[in-house]
Parts: sequence; C-alpha cells; structure tokens
Amino acid sequence: MNLKILNELKLSFPSKSINEGFARSATASFIAQLDPPVDELSDIKTAVSEAVTNCIVHAYRNSYGIIYMHIKIFENNEIYIKIQDKGTGIEDIKKAREPLFTTLPSEERSGIGFSVMESFMDKLNVKSTIGKGTIIIMRKKITSRGE
Amino acid sequence: MSAEISFSDNIMTVFLSGDIDHHSVRYIRDEIDNTVNEKNPEKLILDFSKVDFMDSSGIGLVIGRFKCINEINGSLKIKNPPVHIKKVMKLAGIDKLAQFTSDNME
Repeated sequence: MNLKILNELKLSFPSKSINEGFARSATASFIAQLDPPVDELSDIKTAVSEAVTNCIVHAYRNSYGIIYMHIKIFENNEIYIKIQDKGTGIEDIKKAREPLFTTLPSEERSGIGFSVMESFMDKLNVKSTIGKGTIIIMRKKITSRGE
Repeated sequence: MSAEISFSDNIMTVFLSGDIDHHSVRYIRDEIDNTVNEKNPEKLILDFSKVDFMDSSGIGLVIGRFKCINEINGSLKIKNPPVHIKKVMKLAGIDKLAQFTSDNME
C-alpha cells in the first residue's frame, strides 16, 4: 500500500495527566483539516485519550516518562495514529485487550480502554516488550463531507 | 471538570461539567462519595448536560458511584448524556446499571 502522506505530526510530552486533554486537543486540531463529521472526531479524541491515559496510568506507573505521538494523514482520508511509550510494557496483550480486564480495579479503572479504541477506530495494533515499552497504532478512515 | 451538588427531598443531583478523564475524575470522586455517605440520598442523579468529553475513566467514575449508592440501597440515574458520551456508556453496559433520562422525558 503506497498511499501518499498529505500531512503528519510528531509530538512528545511527559506522562503528566494534565496532558491528556492537551493530547486530545492537539489531535482534534490536526484532524480538523479533513473536516471530519463531529461523531468521527469524537471517536478519535476518545481513542487517543484512552491510549495516552494507558501510558500515564500503566506504562509509567511509578515514574514519569515521555509519550510519543505520531499522526499521519493519507490521501484517501485515512488517519494513522501511533502512540508510543518506553515504560513497563504489557505482560499479556491478549488479556489486556479483554473487555473489563484491568490490573487496577482498586483505582476504579473500568478495563475497557482497549475496547473503546477497537470499537471507535477501524484498526488497532498493539506491540509491547516488557521493560522496553508499548506501541499502539490505530487507523480510521474519515468520511469526507460533500465533494 | 467541576461538579455542583444539589438536593431535593431525598434526591441528590450532581451537575457535572467540562471534561471527564483520568486527570479530572480524581477530584470529583471523593466529593461525591463523602456527600452520599453524609446525606444518604435515595436517588443519585448524575447530570451530564454540560459535559464536553468523557472517556473510560468516566465510566470508572460512574460505576464507582453506582456501587456507592447501591451500598445504601439507593438508585442511580444518568441524566442528559450527550450523544457521544452515551455511546461510551452503552459500550460499557452502563444502561444495565442505571436509568438514562433526559429533561425532555420528565
């Protein structure tokens, strides 16, 4: 697949929870150039929020680290969002992706972060190495309005 | 995010506003629980009219508050959730724990 990249954004910030809102805003601002329908924009913001929150709550649980975001806009209106950390890593990805599974029930974590990402985006890919970090890649095709 | 709490008879309404995410839930959780435990309402209503955004951290907040009110044999209502927030709630099965209402219905 050799689709042309029309635009891209790379962003990195420390894993402070106050940056969760910033990550959403930055994504929404960047995606705005595609004039996405409101519901699709909401879906994308929510998925990004889940991934960034996972970095803060899980990956960098006992420390601060950097969260790396890379967004690409392809010529066919598909967006690619990669969110990466260099934190603890996920021991069992399959288990982590199970709806309602959480390693932190005492902190009122619902365990549906991955479910939201899977449901609200077209594709979700998760790669992780213990002690090295995790990479989340999500894709979604934006409906173009009028043409 | 902010929360305004009001009472009418034995009904406690929490008017939430702003963004509900991992960063903001922490501040609101204790405030709601302390008030529930102090006042023992029969019904807890979470009003989402002014909520701009919510992710699954908000789901954790809702489920936690359901457990809190359930412990004192009260019920939970979710009022005026915006469309995109209702979507996240339905994904989480919140409609099985709490009644959804809107100002139009009452």
